[in-house]
Amino acid sequence: MSDVIIGLEVHCQLNKLNSKLFCGCSTRQQGLEPNVMTCPVCLGLPGALPVINKKAVEYAIMVGLALNCKIAEHTQFYRKNYYYPDLPRGFQITQYDYPIAFDGVLTVDTDGEERPIRIRRVHMEEDPGRLVHQGSIETSKFVLVDYNRSGMPLLEVVTEPDLRSPKEARRFINKLRNILEYLDVFDGSLEGALRVDANVSLKGGARVEIKNISSYKGVERALLFEISRQQNMRRRGIRVVQETRHYDDERNCTITLRTKEQAEEYRYYPEPDLVPLAVKSWESELKGRLPELPDAKRERFKRQYGISDSHAKVLTAEIRVANYYERVAERCDPRMAATWVADYLKGELNYRDRDIRDAFPPEKMVYILEQLSNGTITDKGAVEVIRALLDEGGDPKDIILARNLAKVETDITRAAVAEVLKENQAAIMDYKAGKAQAFNYLVGMVMKKTGGRADPAEVNLLLRESLECT
Amino acid sequence: MAISVKDVKHIASLACIDLDEAQEERFARQFNSILEYFKELDGLNTEGVEPTYHVIGLNNVFREDVVEPSLPQEEALRNAPKKEKGYFKGPRIV
Ligand SMILES: [Zn+2]
Repeated sequence: MSDVIIGLEVHCQLNKLNSKLFCGCSTRQQGLEPNVMTCPVCLGLPGALPVINKKAVEYAIMVGLALNCKIAEHTQFYRKNYYYPDLPRGFQITQYDYPIAFDGVLTVDTDGEERPIRIRRVHMEEDPGRLVHQGSIETSKFVLVDYNRSGMPLLEVVTEPDLRSPKEARRFINKLRNILEYLDVFDGSLEGALRVDANVSLKGGARVEIKNISSYKGVERALLFEISRQQNMRRRGIRVVQETRHYDDERNCTITLRTKEQAEEYRYYPEPDLVPLAVKSWESELKGRLPELPDAKRERFKRQYGISDSHAKVLTAEIRVANYYERVAERCDPRMAATWVADYLKGELNYRDRDIRDAFPPEKMVYILEQLSNGTITDKGAVEVIRALLDEGGDPKDIILARNLAKVETDITRAAVAEVLKENQAAIMDYKAGKAQAFNYLVGMVMKKTGGRADPAEVNLLLRESLECT
Repeated sequence: MAISVKDVKHIASLACIDLDEAQEERFARQFNSILEYFKELDGLNTEGVEPTYHVIGLNNVFREDVVEPSLPQEEALRNAPKKEKGYFKGPRIV
């Protein structure tokens, strides 16, 4: 897919703020009735005056700095005029040609290769309201509008067309999300927190914009669909036209919204109700307030805990996983903790399509690893405890008891070995005749007899001893 | 003339305004006279003059990130010509 060219516009709600961008309405939106979080400003009533949320500007600068951007000396707002029911005033307040941050870069790991993706700009704007279409977007005769979302603070991060595959686009978005969560300005798990517009073309072909992809997984799917649509057209000798398409998540396809002939004319002009911002002087103070970011944390984890680069990478991608790991690592062997958090716990969570927030507290992981270190349970037992905690909850100590996971004593293993040898003369003969599978069969029989609770290493040892002596 | 009736029709459609023929003619004339006036400004020497974005000369007016009460739903919907189940009801656009 090397002839694929993708640029992204990622809209992220600064949903860690208390209030909206230009008014005092709350940003807490989940599970509300429609139109209960509005005021004259975000309803666009005549005469209402917007005033910008200072913390939103600080957050925007912090994001700009974390994306290695320059911070603007002068920044201001514009009115972007268009008629759409989600905009109560008939215009959206956005930044147009004076974005607060610009010329940044974010490196993305694509199959082991770190590639720089240039960031063109980061700007602030207000979120429009939410439209509820009855039926599909093509057939519905009217729309229902909820302005709770109107005026939610958004950051739009615009990349240069540097991305080369849908997978790389997904990785970029994941990394961006993780950085915003490190900065604690964004909670990506909330519905509608992140929405993406993507520009896609094949080398030499027209550029198609896909609007309003609203899920993380949707990005890769929408891009794959659109690229194969363009490739099929090219194969059949049909010219791809420059247009805007809408992504339909349910049917996994893109449909035409408007072609170049109907291109938008937004009639931007400076927003007269908001004075310009001169905030570059905040830069050094905010730089000092930036937390340790993923790449720096990854290096520190390797240094401080002596763990591998691949473990450090998995553990630092998400701030919550990193914090979880550190709470386990401070009370256990850090390398053992890395394996159990990065490989086993993350693996079990991914399998269940769940987040580290839905896992059990790190104290329980510490307990499991202690039982593992002091030989009370086996690796297999530890995995079972983790699964039980994820699926049923409870206390690891009770789970070990209730499921009989405590490793059996050496005496019991020894007895089981003796019994198995007595019952399997044929296998012993095979073993002595040089058949390696016969040994594995015997190990299996001992494990079966002990209900899987014998330590496999010990079984191996005891079996070999006994077989040598007979 | 720089602005034709066709331009006026286009601008009116962008702004969702219906104009009759007489109005279209009139606005075309008025737009042109406004643009003529701006042409006079082009004659001024603005060498070394910083662009003005705002006439009041203020910068950095902020509010703190504090929640204030919102309107009740009935109040928010009170002037809506059409509503349904707590939503504003609007025409389908696409
Ligand atoms: Zn409001």
